[in-house]
Amino acid sequence: MPFDLFSLSDEERTAIGLSLKVAGIAMLASLPPGLLIAMLLARGRFWGKSLLNGIVHLPLILPPVVTGYLLLILFGRRGVIGAFLAETFGIVFSFRWTGAALACAVMGFPLLVRSIRLSIEAVDAKLEEAAGTLGAARPFVFLTVTLPLILPGIIAGMILSFAKAMGEFGATITFVSNIPGETQTLSAAIYTFTQVPGGDEGAMRLVLISIVISMAALMASEGLAHLIGRRISAQ
Amino acid sequence: MTLIVDVEDRRGAFSLNAQFTAEAGVTALFGRSGSGKTTLMRMIAGLDRPARGRIQLDGETLLDTERGRCVPVHKRRFGYVFQEPRLFPHLSVARNLDYGAWFQRGRSGRGTRKTILDLLGIEHLLNRQPATLSGGEKQRVAIGRALLSSPRLLLMDEPLAALDEARKQEILPYIERLRDEMGIPIVYVSHSVAEVARLADRVVVVDQGRIAAIGPAADILSRAEIAVAHDRREAGALLEGVVRAYDGKQGLATVGFGSAELLVPGIDFEIGKPVRLHVPARDVMLATRPPEGISALNIVAGDIRAVTRGPDGMLDVDLACGDAHLVARITALSGERLSLAPGQSVFAILKTVALQR
Repeated sequence: MPFDLFSLSDEERTAIGLSLKVAGIAMLASLPPGLLIAMLLARGRFWGKSLLNGIVHLPLILPPVVTGYLLLILFGRRGVIGAFLAETFGIVFSFRWTGAALACAVMGFPLLVRSIRLSIEAVDAKLEEAAGTLGAARPFVFLTVTLPLILPGIIAGMILSFAKAMGEFGATITFVSNIPGETQTLSAAIYTFTQVPGGDEGAMRLVLISIVISMAALMASEGLAHLIGRRISAQ
Repeated sequence: MTLIVDVEDRRGAFSLNAQFTAEAGVTALFGRSGSGKTTLMRMIAGLDRPARGRIQLDGETLLDTERGRCVPVHKRRFGYVFQEPRLFPHLSVARNLDYGAWFQRGRSGRGTRKTILDLLGIEHLLNRQPATLSGGEKQRVAIGRALLSSPRLLLMDEPLAALDEARKQEILPYIERLRDEMGIPIVYVSHSVAEVARLADRVVVVDQGRIAAIGPAADILSRAEIAVAHDRREAGALLEGVVRAYDGKQGLATVGFGSAELLVPGIDFEIGKPVRLHVPARDVMLATRPPEGISALNIVAGDIRAVTRGPDGMLDVDLACGDAHLVARITALSGERLSLAPGQSVFAILKTVALQR
């Protein structure tokens, strides 16, 4: 069989589809809490702020395996939170693609929060004050002034979170294992190919696809940020 | 319109304890930087909260710390013009202008959108982005934005401070028209005697967090001790007169101040219109005989009412020129040479160029 870079097997296609789904869900689901926590860290003054900041950043500095193991303890079938969620809402994370999405979301969370937080801190609070004197209540000030001004930061954060999710490996494989069709993402599939004899061709195909997806995401974010930035400080 | 302010606060070493009322027309909060003017404004607007205090507008309580009542900023409907324009960078000029109006739907404001745009001369800017406007244009849009939110009261916190002299002269006539044509009560913060002289009906002098004096603009600004509390170099007299004639060719208006008349240079004069003029004491010379062969056009006869020595050794000579009151600042040496004394008749010489508004 000749070396063919462009015809994918079903298994590979499934892995790519699963990765996109997991990364997309992880990015979207972590956005609301990410925005809230970024707002708290940027503007809030409360006891335990540095503790919260530390917890948010923990996945960035811990070995991914440790994060995955902690998720297993907390969100596994018999985990404190996992058992509660399974019994009350029927939401199961362990050995499901939802678990992979959770692991990816947690790993990308610090990047998301950091990006949004920086953009909130760059917003001139004087503008929000001015909006208040014009009759806008706090929620409207946020929607009409703060949110449009931090949009580039939010988009950058989302892309970072998505890219992190696409590449996440350690925490995911520790938490939800490597089940083809359920939890075997692109990275896990590449890893599997490298472990079997004659898997080089498949690994190469997936590696190339991985590069294409990452580059596309990066360029999309640059383009969007440029568009929005130009609208904000239009010349 | 009656705004009652009675607030007390302490921030580090700075303590604020101020009581005053503002009526219809323009009330100026006047004092040096750091005297607490801006803090007072922010408390009126609801942006800051004093430790203790009461603020009322026409009987409506906006703040009463004893009864735990505080109307939030966005419900006070006080337009606020800040030192910087604070335009929203992501919105066009038109959207900036309509921002406040959107929250006041159904309320009838003062004047229509069109009259406000005409008055401020900003109609041609509507489709621009704030980043493309000049400093003066930005501040005019900011004033328009505040006016279009149909405020009950306009708070202007040194709206000209961030602008250069030329831009100030560009905007001042618009604020005058605002006062004369819109009939909106304005509280105006400034540390410039010239601005206050030109705009204010009543002046509240703020000094180190306390109210040092309060009263009609002409009274307050002519009092020497106020100038001492502020900046001696800017001391002078405030004259209130009426345009009696205008020579368009020379660009000179004849302004009558009771029995005295002065020639004032400028362009936007209408006959019969009231004019306020701040005459800085250092721009007034004195002569014991009528001077001849001199370029100064304004020579007014008057009587010395008082001679006071300032802390810097200069003499402030108070003059009664008919119904008008002038102050001349001269050196002690000049005073000795002319042997000036109260009751003496002298001639005050005003360099006409110094009266340019």
